[in-house]
This record gives sequence, structure tokens and C-alpha cells, in this order.
Amino acid sequence: MESLLSYAFMQRALLAGLLISITCAILGVFLVLRRDAMIGHGLAHVTFGGVALGLLLYLTPLLVALVVAVFSALGILKLKERAGLHGDTAIGIISSLGMALGILLVSVAGSFNVDLFGYLFGNILAIDPEEVWMALILALVVLITIVLFYQEFVFLTFDPESARTSGVRVRRLDKLLAILTAVTVVLGMKVVGILLVSALLVIPAAAALQVARSFKEAFMISAAVAGVSAIAGLTISFYLDWPASGTIVAVSGLLFLILFQARSYRKPAPEE
Amino acid sequence: MSANSSLIQVDNVSFNFHGLKVLQDISFSIFPGDFLALIGPNGSGKTTLIRIILGILKPSSGRVVLIGQELHQFTQWQRIGYVPQKAILLDPYFPASVREVVAMGLISLKRFPRLLTRQDESSIDKALDRVGLKGLKSRRIGELSGGQQQRAFIARAIVNGPDVLFLDEPTAGVDADTQTRFYDMLAELNLKEGLTIVLITHDFGVITKHANKVACLNQRLFFHGTHEEFCSSQTVQDLLRGEHHLVCHRH
Repeated sequence: MESLLSYAFMQRALLAGLLISITCAILGVFLVLRRDAMIGHGLAHVTFGGVALGLLLYLTPLLVALVVAVFSALGILKLKERAGLHGDTAIGIISSLGMALGILLVSVAGSFNVDLFGYLFGNILAIDPEEVWMALILALVVLITIVLFYQEFVFLTFDPESARTSGVRVRRLDKLLAILTAVTVVLGMKVVGILLVSALLVIPAAAALQVARSFKEAFMISAAVAGVSAIAGLTISFYLDWPASGTIVAVSGLLFLILFQARSYRKPAPEE
Repeated sequence: MSANSSLIQVDNVSFNFHGLKVLQDISFSIFPGDFLALIGPNGSGKTTLIRIILGILKPSSGRVVLIGQELHQFTQWQRIGYVPQKAILLDPYFPASVREVVAMGLISLKRFPRLLTRQDESSIDKALDRVGLKGLKSRRIGELSGGQQQRAFIARAIVNGPDVLFLDEPTAGVDADTQTRFYDMLAELNLKEGLTIVLITHDFGVITKHANKVACLNQRLFFHGTHEEFCSSQTVQDLLRGEHHLVCHRH
């Protein structure tokens, strides 16, 4: 472990990977319970278009991807509300359009100096100090927002209709959650890439839901699964020279299987 | 009682959906202490009416006044309790403890960031005690039986001490004994604690045993009156002919 931490790039990767994975895992609990798990996958496809646009315009690809992802997340909401589409259909439309935009831009540009594969498959080991700061700030913004709106998000997730009759501003919170998801997807893209980012949102949350008896437990277990996956995944990838993104997701998949098996051994809480 | 003292006033409310007239010109008032049973056949607009009163749906025309305030200006949601239709969880693994479910009911009382205090914990314990679930607060809600889940949702609806409680077919899918205990609990809340209750139901036993007001809906409001008027109403007898044999009795 000492030799692993002696490298500055590994220190940055561990810090950013841990923080981003935990952020994804906590937000993922809400998304999975709201049956919105695939929104991460959809927005990840959209960010491909955003990254391509950023590269074409010589702007910071992550920032352009962030703006495109936020507008796309709000677009998915609008399509659900206005066109009366189911969430999966709205996600399908927006994500396909985002991907199509990316393909067209790549075709128009001919080629990019920066390797698009880095964005598709993730390259956490190449994260620079500036990107670590950006990840740190954005992750903290997402986590602090979740803490501040925790009670509302929990009620909204459990029973949106009753939440509305309790004065919770459901529409506003839906938008806020969509924006947080877009930010988190862009963050996750740096760790595991566009193709695997939804795994960071879905697998730790799904693993936690196998055994959690309360929302509080679900968030704690999901964060723990994500944290262990990030540290173990990066460590294994360092020593075995495996790709970091695939290893992190594989470890979280393994933890999901373990908790899935553990579910049958979990007894109900005793009467007080 | 004058219209001014009503808790809820519904004036000429109509609701159209895709050109279909779901509700037409509904007017009635609900007064403090009422136990109002809202009845009608499936698709008669009962749930729609409740959802309009609670501001979930906007009426095509007409107005609703909640506790002296126009609905669009209403902010005192802590005075309203609501147990929606299909409150029983379909997902038994949903990770919400009974305590967390009841705590959701406190949201309308709290200011941002709505953190729970020790006093809130005591309110949660009290609400669970009132519905007989105090010992089960750490259980996952999906681990409770259908009847216990219903009581947990009642605890959530009453934890902030509302003036009026709306329930939309709360005992659907619950066995007869549990239903009886559940309605007895509602009657106790109504009689002993003065909680106004608006209950959508198909159960005529509840109407005859507990409700003191009845509203009969089928797109239009066919009847609205006291339990005694309901029992003697020719309109009701004509409406129910062949479907129900109405026996009115009180314990």
C-alpha cells in the first residue's frame, strides 16, 4: 500500500475515485428507488455529445459535457411531463440524440487530438490536480445539497403524492435531483468512463437495498460498497496492471453478489 | 352551521380529462368533527375529487377553500393529513423504517433544512403509540402486515396533529378483522380527539357504523347529508337498488 501511495497520480486517483464513487452511490439510492436507474446510462450517452462538442470548440470538454448533461436531464423531465412519456422512453430519446450528436461531431471534426477513448472507458489514473479540485468541489456541492434536502428527497422517493400534500415542492425537487444526477454522471465519467458510469450509480445502491432496513442504512451501505470498490479496484488495477474502470465496477459487482446472498440471513429488527 | 365555519368548502368544482367529464358542478362543505364517508361506484370521481381538494389536480372550473384560504394560496399543509390509495407497499424490500415513514409526516411543520429534533422523536413515538405500533418503529415498513402498514401510514398522517384526515380506500386488500379494528381506531380519533375524517370507501358497514355525514358521488354529487338523512333518502335507496341492502344501525 505504501508503494501505491508513493505515486502522486495514485494519490489523486484514490482521492477523486473515492469521493466521486461515494457521491454516485448516495445519489444512486434515490435513482434506483424511484425506478430512474437508467437515467445515469442515458445521460452518460449524452455527455459523449458534450465531450465531442467541447473538443470541437476547443473548450474544456468536462465543462461542456456538464452543461449538455444538465440541459438533457431537464429535457428528460420536460418530455415526461409535457409529452406524457414514460421515463425510459424519454431517456431513450434524449440519450440517442446526444450520442448521435457526438457521432456527427466526431465525423465533422475528422479526428481529435485528445483520445476520445479516455472519455468512453475512463482514465482516473490520468486525472490532473485541476480535475481533482473540480471533482472535489462538484462532489461536495452534490453531497451538501443532498444533506440539506434529505428529508424532502426521502419523502419524494417514498410517496410523491403525499409529499405534495405536505407542502413539498415536488416539481422543483425533481429538477434539482435531475441536475444533481447530471453533475454526478459527468464526475463519474472521469472515473469509469461514459460506458460504465451508470454502474457507479446503480450497483452500490442495488447492493445496499439487498440488506438495508432503513433509508439511513441504505445510504451508509451504498457509500461503503462504493468506497471499498474504488479503493480495492484501484489497488488491484495498480498491482495487476488491469484497467481501473473495469476493475472498480467488477469489485462492486462482486459486493452486490455477496450482499444478495446475505439478504436471506438478515433477520427483522427486534420489537422494542 | 354557517358556511364560514367550514373546514373545507368545495364550490362548483368541475373536472374534465381528455374531453371526458369526470366531475360536474360539485359543491359541498366539510365541518370540524365530521366523519364524512365519500361513496360512489368505481370511476365515479371520488379519488379525483380528493386530489383536487388536496391541490394535486387543478379543477377545470370552480374553487376550493381549505381552512379559510383559497387552495392556490394555502400553505398550512401541516393541518392536513392524507393516506393515499394503495398505501400498502408493493415492494417489501423498500428500505424505509417505520420511524422514517412517520417522520415524513413532520416535514410540513419544519423549516429548511427540516432537521428532526428530540421533540420530533417524541412526536413520532406518540403517533406510533396512538396506532399501536410503538414497538415496531425500527422494523422495515415492508416487514409489517397490510393492516400494520395502514396504521403506520395513519401515524404519518396524524403525527403533526392535523385538523382533517383524508383516507382513500385505506383498507383495500386487508382482511375483515383488521378492517374492523382499523375503522374503530379511526372512530376513536374522530370522537375522542375531534379529528375530522374524510373517507373514500365502498364499505357500507363503516358508513352505517361510524360516519355522521355521507356524500354520494357519480360524476355529480347525488347526495350529501347526515347519516340519518342518508338512511332515509329515497335517492340513495333508488341508487343502491339491486346492489346493496342498506341496514342503518349504530352501536
